Amino acid sequence: MTQARETTLAAGSGQALEPSGAPLTVFWRRFRRHRLAFASLILLGVLAAASASAPLIEAATELSATRVDLLDRNQGPSLAHLLGTDELGRDLMLRLLYGGQVSLGVGFAAALIAAVIGTVIGLVAGYFGGRFDALLMRFTDGVIALPLLPLLIVLAAIDLSKLGLAAQSGDVASIYRIIGLIALVGWTQTARLVRAATLSMKTRPFVTAAHALGAGNLRIMAVHLLPNVASPIIVATTLSIGNIILLESVLSFLGLGIQPPMASWGNMLTNAQELIYSAPMLAVWPGLLIFVTVMAFNFVGDGFQDALDPRSGERGA
Amino acid sequence: MLTYAAQRLGGSLLVLLIMSFVIYGLIGLMPGDPIDLMIQADPDLTPQDQKRLKELYGLDKPLLERYGNWLWGALQGDFGYSRLFAAPVLEVLWPRLINTLLLLVPAFLLSVALALPLGIVAATRPQSGVDNAINLFAFAGISVPPFWLAILLIMLFAVSLGWLPAGGMGGGPDAGPWETARYLILPVIALALSRVGGITRYVRSSMMESLRQDYVRTARAKGLSRRRVLVNHALRNALIPVVTILALDMGMLVSGALITETVFGWLGMGKTIYDAVLGNDYNLALMGLLFATALTLLANLIADLAYAWLDPRVSYR
Repeated sequence: MTQARETTLAAGSGQALEPSGAPLTVFWRRFRRHRLAFASLILLGVLAAASASAPLIEAATELSATRVDLLDRNQGPSLAHLLGTDELGRDLMLRLLYGGQVSLGVGFAAALIAAVIGTVIGLVAGYFGGRFDALLMRFTDGVIALPLLPLLIVLAAIDLSKLGLAAQSGDVASIYRIIGLIALVGWTQTARLVRAATLSMKTRPFVTAAHALGAGNLRIMAVHLLPNVASPIIVATTLSIGNIILLESVLSFLGLGIQPPMASWGNMLTNAQELIYSAPMLAVWPGLLIFVTVMAFNFVGDGFQDALDPRSGERGA
Repeated sequence: MLTYAAQRLGGSLLVLLIMSFVIYGLIGLMPGDPIDLMIQADPDLTPQDQKRLKELYGLDKPLLERYGNWLWGALQGDFGYSRLFAAPVLEVLWPRLINTLLLLVPAFLLSVALALPLGIVAATRPQSGVDNAINLFAFAGISVPPFWLAILLIMLFAVSLGWLPAGGMGGGPDAGPWETARYLILPVIALALSRVGGITRYVRSSMMESLRQDYVRTARAKGLSRRRVLVNHALRNALIPVVTILALDMGMLVSGALITETVFGWLGMGKTIYDAVLGNDYNLALMGLLFATALTLLANLIADLAYAWLDPRVSYR
């Protein structure tokens, strides 16, 4: 009996997205009303699909993202190369698509890991409260206030073998490394939002009821609170993807992120600065793609926020 | 108030001490050590010499002991030598700190001078065409990769129009202040523009929050002019949280300065840290990072005190 009632309670509180009881359809209808956000979501879908299809395009055409052709350098747009070629004669459009795979992939992966870290910290701090909360939040504020980029540069330079970890090298290692680095600093906003939501949720009757029924702390956090703080997690994660893509591009631009010859939108701009006079378009395209992608993620996050919490419409922007 | 100030100062110094240990540890994890670099420079060194040198410089001791020795020296004003510049670290850093402040202070003032009116105008006419336009601008501002913005500015103002230099510090010893200022214009604009979007959004939401308050309604009901209500009642209260975000933004501003300095070749702290990390200049990297951290902590401290001074509701105990 107790067991059954607890499941009902849990199911009742599991309707995370709409407190009024209407599920995803309401959310979707609200989201679609936000035209800019809806258009951004479509744009991101197209970008992701195009990036994913890069190997197919490469196989179907004569183009190559890796073949160096020094006789064909810095070409303008033509039928053979739709966006022209880069300083080593590689097809620019294909490199941009491969770069998109890296930038979007790193963005999603790091945002997910950061979301997990932020959720755990926010949930634990909000649920237990008191000194523990104060300590965790001071730590979070400290991380937010630090000059992160200079510190990330040192972190990117450290030699993992000195930590006793196997020193890996190569393409995949540089991707894992940057995902880890960015996730390490990208969780703060999520933690703060989840904490605030947890603080208000834990005083609700269903939490008291769960306590009364003998549920442990871990169970209350995972089963009762987590679904109810899903909205801030989703919003914060979406908004953080944009920031994370920006951070990846900055580190790669500085030569400390994704290492060439693997393309990322950031490292494609490293050489572009020296080529401003001879091939200005090389500096335009990768930056434009970063800009548009980050802006689209910010619009989508904004749309999610409005759709999940209508009252926030006036506050946010 | 004085007790509060002393407490906060003590807290900041404690954070600085903790960060000095963290950074010291991280720098030690960078590839190689000073003796490895000596070995590269002098192939005649025997393994016995290496061992002796490591003992001489204390590199065989555990981390805590090495840190203690460094801290003891640092407290007596001995911060070690810079490898890249063959000069005491502080001698290298002081002029560069000044250069960074020459960039940071105008950029900070410019971003606030732009963001305040934009945020206020947007907040007083919510959902209007002006508000939407300002919102779009703010979204663009937080989404644009700062190094790309810098490259675009160089392309427009230095390459196409030829009005301003594309980078560097400019002038010899007899260059006047105007000559230096010419080299500063583009970096300052680039840095300010990359921060202005976020501040605008914050001013807008803070101002809207404050316009909803009862005292604003009371002021209007009393028959005060719109202008007076806006400036004396709404804005004054809206600015209080803005001060906090400006302080938190200092970390981002220092990070932004690193990017701007690297793109424009401006010899400030950010570029020095970047060059020191890439060039294995351990002492310089360590002190550069500590300076950057101290700078942001100082800004936060000032903001905290300003907050307590501006808002009588904050109890400083």
